[in-house]
Amino acid sequence: MIFAVLQRLGQMLFVMIGISALVFLIFFATPGSDPAARLAGRNASPETVEAIRKDFGFDRPLPVQYVIMMNRLFVTQDLTSFVNRGMRVVPAVAQAAPVTLSLVAGAAVLWVIGGIFVGVVAALSRDTLLDRGLMVLALIGVSMPVYWLGEVMNLMTQSRFHDTVFFSWVPSLGYKPLLTDPWGWFKTLIIPWFTLAALYIGIYGRVLRANLVEAYQEDFIRTARAKGLSPTRVMVRHALRTSLIPFVTMFGLDFGVLVGGSALLTEVVFGLNGVGRLTYQALLNLDLPMVLGTVMYASFFVVVANALVDVVYVLIDPRVRES
Amino acid sequence: MTPSIPSNVASRTTGLSAPDTSIHGTGETCLSPRVPLMSARSLVKTFTVGRTFRPGSGRTLHAVDGISLDVFPAETLGLVGESGSGKSTLGRCLTRLYDIDGGTLSFEGSDITKADTRALKPVRRKVQMIFQDPSASLNPRRRVRDVLAEVLKVHRIREGAGIEERLGELMDLVGLRQEYLDRYPHEFSGGQRQRIGIARALAVEPTLIVADEPVSALDVSVQAQIVNLFSELREKLDLTYVFIAHDLAVVRQVSTRVAVMYLGSIVETGETDALYARPSHPYTQALLSAIPQPHNRSRRGRILLTGEIPSPLDPPAGCKFSTRCPHAQAVCREVRPPLTAISNERSVACHFPLA
Amino acid sequence: MTAAEKPILLDVNGLTVSFATDRGMVKAVRDVSFSVREGEILSIVGESGSGKSVTLLSLLGLHDRKTTRVDGMVAFRGRGILDLNPSELRRIRGREIGLISQDPMTALNPVYTIGWQIAEQIRAHEAISARAAKKRAVELLGEVGLSNPQEAVDRYPHQLSGGMRQRAVIAMALSCNPALLVADEPTTALDVTVQAQVLDLLLRLRKDFGSAIILITHDMGVVSEVADRVAVMYAGRIVERGETEAMFKSPLHPYSWGLMGSIPPLTGPRLARLKSIPGMPPTPDRIGEGCGFAPRCAFARPACLERPPLRMIGTQAALCILEEPERSALRRTVLSPEEFA
Repeated sequence: MIFAVLQRLGQMLFVMIGISALVFLIFFATPGSDPAARLAGRNASPETVEAIRKDFGFDRPLPVQYVIMMNRLFVTQDLTSFVNRGMRVVPAVAQAAPVTLSLVAGAAVLWVIGGIFVGVVAALSRDTLLDRGLMVLALIGVSMPVYWLGEVMNLMTQSRFHDTVFFSWVPSLGYKPLLTDPWGWFKTLIIPWFTLAALYIGIYGRVLRANLVEAYQEDFIRTARAKGLSPTRVMVRHALRTSLIPFVTMFGLDFGVLVGGSALLTEVVFGLNGVGRLTYQALLNLDLPMVLGTVMYASFFVVVANALVDVVYVLIDPRVRES
Repeated sequence: MTPSIPSNVASRTTGLSAPDTSIHGTGETCLSPRVPLMSARSLVKTFTVGRTFRPGSGRTLHAVDGISLDVFPAETLGLVGESGSGKSTLGRCLTRLYDIDGGTLSFEGSDITKADTRALKPVRRKVQMIFQDPSASLNPRRRVRDVLAEVLKVHRIREGAGIEERLGELMDLVGLRQEYLDRYPHEFSGGQRQRIGIARALAVEPTLIVADEPVSALDVSVQAQIVNLFSELREKLDLTYVFIAHDLAVVRQVSTRVAVMYLGSIVETGETDALYARPSHPYTQALLSAIPQPHNRSRRGRILLTGEIPSPLDPPAGCKFSTRCPHAQAVCREVRPPLTAISNERSVACHFPLA
Repeated sequence: MTAAEKPILLDVNGLTVSFATDRGMVKAVRDVSFSVREGEILSIVGESGSGKSVTLLSLLGLHDRKTTRVDGMVAFRGRGILDLNPSELRRIRGREIGLISQDPMTALNPVYTIGWQIAEQIRAHEAISARAAKKRAVELLGEVGLSNPQEAVDRYPHQLSGGMRQRAVIAMALSCNPALLVADEPTTALDVTVQAQVLDLLLRLRKDFGSAIILITHDMGVVSEVADRVAVMYAGRIVERGETEAMFKSPLHPYSWGLMGSIPPLTGPRLARLKSIPGMPPTPDRIGEGCGFAPRCAFARPACLERPPLRMIGTQAALCILEEPERSALRRTVLSPEEFA
C-alpha cells in the first residue's frame, strides 16, 4: 500500500518535471530567438539584455539554464517578469489562485448536484416529455458560450434589472477574499458560479442519463428489482452508484483543467483576477517567466486531480483495488 | 493394416483407429506407419498477468503446459475440457495464431514453431480456423460475396469467372442458397452465420480445420444441423479436424479420437467410443458422469466432484487433478504423472488409472 | 401427501405478452397456461426467442411497463399478480418469489460485497438489524455449500469463481425463504462439473426448504435430471407439457421429437447423422395464429395453418393436430424406441 502511494507520487513528480522541461525548451531554447531579449521586453537597453543573459546563464549549456530557471521559480521564488515592471511570478500566481479556486470549486458543487439531478430525473422519466425537455435544456446549457451567458447575466444583474428587488443585492464585479469578507465573497461569486456551471450541468446531466439508461439494462438491476427493493433504492444504491465511476473520471479531469486556468472566459467576463486571466495577460505580453509559472501551476492541478481520481476509484470500485 | 497400402489411405479405411503412440511424452518411438499431419511436442504457451511497471511483477500462467499430440490425416481429434483447461489456447497455437513459447510444432513434416508471417502463408492456406462467434470475424459492411471472394483472391485460388463458380460451390457445400451471397452478415441467423464462417474456411481448400467451439453458441436444433454439416464435409472433402468443445456429447458425435484437457495438460486420450465407454482417468470419468443425459435417465454412479477447477495461475503440485480426485493418494500430490500409453490406443496421465 | 395433491402455488392462465415495436405490437408469449404446485420443480424448455425468459419476467412484473403489455391471469397463492400495485408487488418479489439469473457474474452488483447484497434483500422485507442480517447471510452461504462462508460474506463478486458466485446468487434468492424460486438458465454459464454441483444443490433445497422451482433451460439433459414436470415452449407457445417421465418416454409434439433427436447421445451406438430440425425458429413478428412449428415440421398439413388444438393424453398435453395412433407411428419414424428408455 505504502509502496503504491510512493510509486504514484514518484509518477506525479516525473510528469511534472517532464512538463517543466518541455515548457522550458519551447520558450527558452527555440532556435533563432534570443531568450534574454525576450525576457528583457521591448525597448530594453543592450546592457539590460546582457545582464539578463548573465543572470539566467543563457550563455551556458541548456541543462544549466534549466536548473537556474527552476531554482529561481521554485526554490528562491524570485523569478520576476521584467515587462510587468518586476512582478514576481510566484506571488502573482499565489494571489490569483484563490480566486480561480473559489470560482471553480463553487461551480463544481453546483454542477455536480445539478448534473446528478438532471441525469437521474431524466433517466427515471425516460422517453417522456420531462426527459426530452431536460435534455433540450441540457443541450442549450452546453451550446451557450460562457462569455455570452456571462455578459447577459451581467447585463441583467448589473444594469438592466439591478435596481429591482431581485438583483439589488448583487455587488459590483470583482473578487472579495473569503477570509476577510465571506458574505461578500459568496455574493460576488454566486452569479459566476451559475454561469460556469451551466455548461457542465448540461454535459454531466446528459452523460449521466446515458450511463443510467445503460445501467438499467444490466442484469444486476434486474436482480435488485427482483429482490423487492424500492425504485428509489434501485436507482440510488445500484444504478447511480455504479454510474458514478465514469462520472468521477470526468469530474477529476474537468476540475483540474479549470483550476489550472481554463475558466479564463468566466474570469474575464466577471472581472475576476484569477489564474486564467493571469496566463492570458502573460501570453499577450510574451511574459515568459509568468507563462512558465502558470503552466507549471496548471499542470500541477491536472496531475493532482488525476491522482485524486485514482484514489477515489479505489474507494468506489472494488475491482480496481487489487491491481 | 497391410504395409502395401499408403499410410494415409490405410488410416482412412480403418476409420476410427488411432495409432499406438499417437500421444506420447516425447514420441521418439513411432511404431505406426501413419505419418501425422500436424505434430506438437512439449508445446508451451504462457501468458503474463497482472504486470505493472515494476520490473519482475506479474505472474506467469501456463495456459498450455507442455502438450505433445499428433493429428493424423482424415481423423477428427476432439479436444474437450472445462474453462481454463487451455483447449482454445492450444487450438490457437496449432494454427499459429499465437506465438509458441516452448516446444515444437510441425505441419506436414516441416517445423513451423518459429515460422514468420511469410513462411506461414502456405500453412495458413492449408490450416484454417473456425470460431465460436463467426459474426465477430465477419465485417458487417461487406456482403458474403465480397468476404469469400477476397479470400479466393488473396490466396490466388481462382481467377476471373472461376471465382463466381467457386462461390456457388462453397454455398452449396455449406447448405446455403446462392442468392444469400449478396446479403450482409446481420441478415443471417446464428446458424447461417456459422455456415458462412465454415464456407470462408473452406474457400482456401484447406486440409486441416481447427474448430473452436463452433456450435456452442447455437440453439440445440440448429446445433445438430451444423454438427451434421461437419460430418458431411469431412467425408466429401477428406478433411482433418481438430474439434474443440466443452460439450462432451457433441465431441463424441463428431470425433474419431478424443483428448481430454485439464489445466493446460492432456490427462487422457484415446479412441472415442472406447474412451467414453471406459474412461481411464478419474477426471474423464467424473466429467462424463456429470453430464445430465436425456437419453439415459438413470443417474447411477454419478461422481460429484467437490470444489472447483484450481486457478491455472496456481496449479496444484503433483497431479493437477489431485485436489479434486476421489482416488488421490499421497504420491498424486507430489509427483506429476506423465501421459503414458496404457494400451495401443489409450494414453493416460494418472498414477492409478481406472481399469 | 404426494406431489399431485399439494396445493397449487402459482397458476398461470392465458398469459400473453406483447411488445411495442416499430412494426406494431408483437406477441412474444401467446396464451401460455401452466401451474406449479408447492415443492414442485417445473422446467420450461425452449430455444432462444421461444418466449421462456419473457414469461418468467412477467411473473415477477419485471417487464418494461412502457413497452410491454401483459394479458391473462397469473395467480400466486390465489392473488392475481398482474393487478397488484407496485408496492404490493415488491412485497412478493424477493420474499415470496426469488429469482436466480443466468449469469452470476452480471447478476450481482460489482461494487458491493456478497454479504451486503444478501443483507440488503433481507432488510428490504424484515425489520432486523444490519448485524443480524449479515449473520443470516453467513448462514445462508453455508447452506448453499460455500466452504468458508465467514470469509465469503465480505468478498466482492469478482473475487469469487463462477460456481461460488452462482451459489451466492442462490443464497440471495433463498434469503427470505420464498415459496417459489424462478431460475433463468441457472447453470448455462457454468462448467459441467460445477453445473452438476449446482443442480444437486437445487434438488437439496427443494427437499430441505420445500421451495417450488421454475427452472428455465434449453438443456434437455438438465430437465431430465431435476424436473418433475416439463413445459416445452416454441415460438411463444407451450407446445407440450406433462410429467417428465412420461414426456421423455413418449413425447407428443413433433418439436419435442426434433429436440430429442438433435441431442447426440453419450452412450450406446453413435448415430451417423443427428436428426436435426431443418430451418430455424421464427422471430416473434413472423408468427401467425397457426402452429408456429408447422414451417419446420415434416408432418405439417394444410390444417396446421389454423390454430392447433390442445390434445390431452393422461398427464400430458400438446398443441398439435396429430392424433393416436398416427402420432405414435410417425414418432417411430423419427425416434427409434431403443434411444429412449
